Amino acid sequence: MTDRRVRLAARRAGLLVAALTLASLALASGCSREETSAAARQRLVLATTTSTQDSGLLDVLVPAFEAAHPAYSVEVIAVGTGEALRLGQQKDADVLFVHAPQEEAAFVAAGHGAERRDVCYNRFVIVGPADDPAGVKAAASASDALARIAGRQAPFASRGDGSGTHTKERALWGAAGVEPGGAWYLVTGQGMGETLKIASEKQAYALTDEATFLAMRDALDLAALFDRDAALRNQYGVVVVAGARNERGARDFADWICGNDGQALIGRFGADRFGRPLFTPNGGGDAQ
Amino acid sequence: MSVFAEAIAEGLDALVSGSVDVWGVVATSLRVSGAAVAVALVLGVPAGLYLGTRRSATRNALLVLANAGMGLPPVVVGLVTAMLLSRRGPLGALDLLYTRPAMVIAQTVIAVPVVAAVTGAAVASVPFDLRLQARSLGASRWQESLLVLKEARMGLVAAVAAGFGAVISEVGAVMMVGGNLEGSTRVMTTAIVQYTRMGRYGPALALSAVLLALVVAVNAILAQVQRSAERFERS
Repeated sequence: MTDRRVRLAARRAGLLVAALTLASLALASGCSREETSAAARQRLVLATTTSTQDSGLLDVLVPAFEAAHPAYSVEVIAVGTGEALRLGQQKDADVLFVHAPQEEAAFVAAGHGAERRDVCYNRFVIVGPADDPAGVKAAASASDALARIAGRQAPFASRGDGSGTHTKERALWGAAGVEPGGAWYLVTGQGMGETLKIASEKQAYALTDEATFLAMRDALDLAALFDRDAALRNQYGVVVVAGARNERGARDFADWICGNDGQALIGRFGADRFGRPLFTPNGGGDAQ
Repeated sequence: MSVFAEAIAEGLDALVSGSVDVWGVVATSLRVSGAAVAVALVLGVPAGLYLGTRRSATRNALLVLANAGMGLPPVVVGLVTAMLLSRRGPLGALDLLYTRPAMVIAQTVIAVPVVAAVTGAAVASVPFDLRLQARSLGASRWQESLLVLKEARMGLVAAVAAGFGAVISEVGAVMMVGGNLEGSTRVMTTAIVQYTRMGRYGPALALSAVLLALVVAVNAILAQVQRSAERFERS
């Protein structure tokens, strides 16, 4: 091929690429215009914890919210509280539904969150092998229960992922005056469901939110052993991300979940399957 | 871009200072995947020899199986292995779920078809005349097989590289049967998933860099072996 021919071919190829790019751009913008003109379903990104997903609460809340606010299409990202907060900080999420009140407060104080409200709470439970080799059932408090486990070096499965549950576990170890570590302390780095599965296989103890445990208990060889301690309260909160892409949607979600409809749904959730509700709504309070 | 700058700085720190146990995780990865590839060679090379040298309906059926097996989704392998090894499963008494041997088992299942298919292709390219000649000189079956494997040794290196590449980067199966337990079953891929989930991009990026470097190194060794073989053939 001569030089001229090569150049001609190259130019043609270039034109083709340009034409294709233009066409796809036109197509893409056409689509988005259509979506907005159909008015309607704005994307609302909800970052939440694996526990709300694993327990099935979201499967009830999200469709009900979308029915009440047809303008929004909710996209759920279920991760640990740590990453949920990070997603909020990066504005990759509009609204957070998580359970680490102190970190949530810090998030708002740092200017990443516009507001935070209590939504509901459930309980953390210490679960473990039914024969309870460490005698957790007879413990005086949650930290005493952990101290007994550490004293016997009975296997304990920890989330180890910076989640709300892991944060609570760390606080309880601190109260017990134990720095856990060694072959008996199994750090999974995974979600609640996987961690419970591992605890079941290894016949280890674990700290779990009650909802996830009850939703999974048929698949587990574990028993609920200890929950009689005010320190085991697990408070969930909703945080509106400051400057989120869909901040209005985020506020609507927070209003709805703390309002009568959302609170009633939460208060009923799980009663049919487990004989009693899994969460206690307490979102009536004002924004903090 | 600040998210990258921040993560790279944090990742470098993790690699150098050992604030995060990156190297322990890398060692576990190498140990588990190395063992899996070793077992896969023991099973896969004879299978590949069979696939590459025989002509029969059974062989054709097995060849389809091996080729399909190369696309075996690791999560499916993980699921079935986890079910078999679970306390409630048929092999539950072995107490293997969430241990390194369980990971080796799952990765072996993934690697065997790869090793068998690549070995088979390499063996099939050895000229038939050579085998005939060996036979006419009184070679036993065993000697003939060794000769074929020796001729196809480049293919065997490729089989090791392909098998290792398939398992070292795999995350689905090791997560399900290993459980990502710190200090015992946490490998590079599962740790990357975990750190990403936690929003800690630094250690995730550091591990990704090591993983990429390993994959490139394996392929560089492979290319080197190929080049030296070409030189040998020309001389």
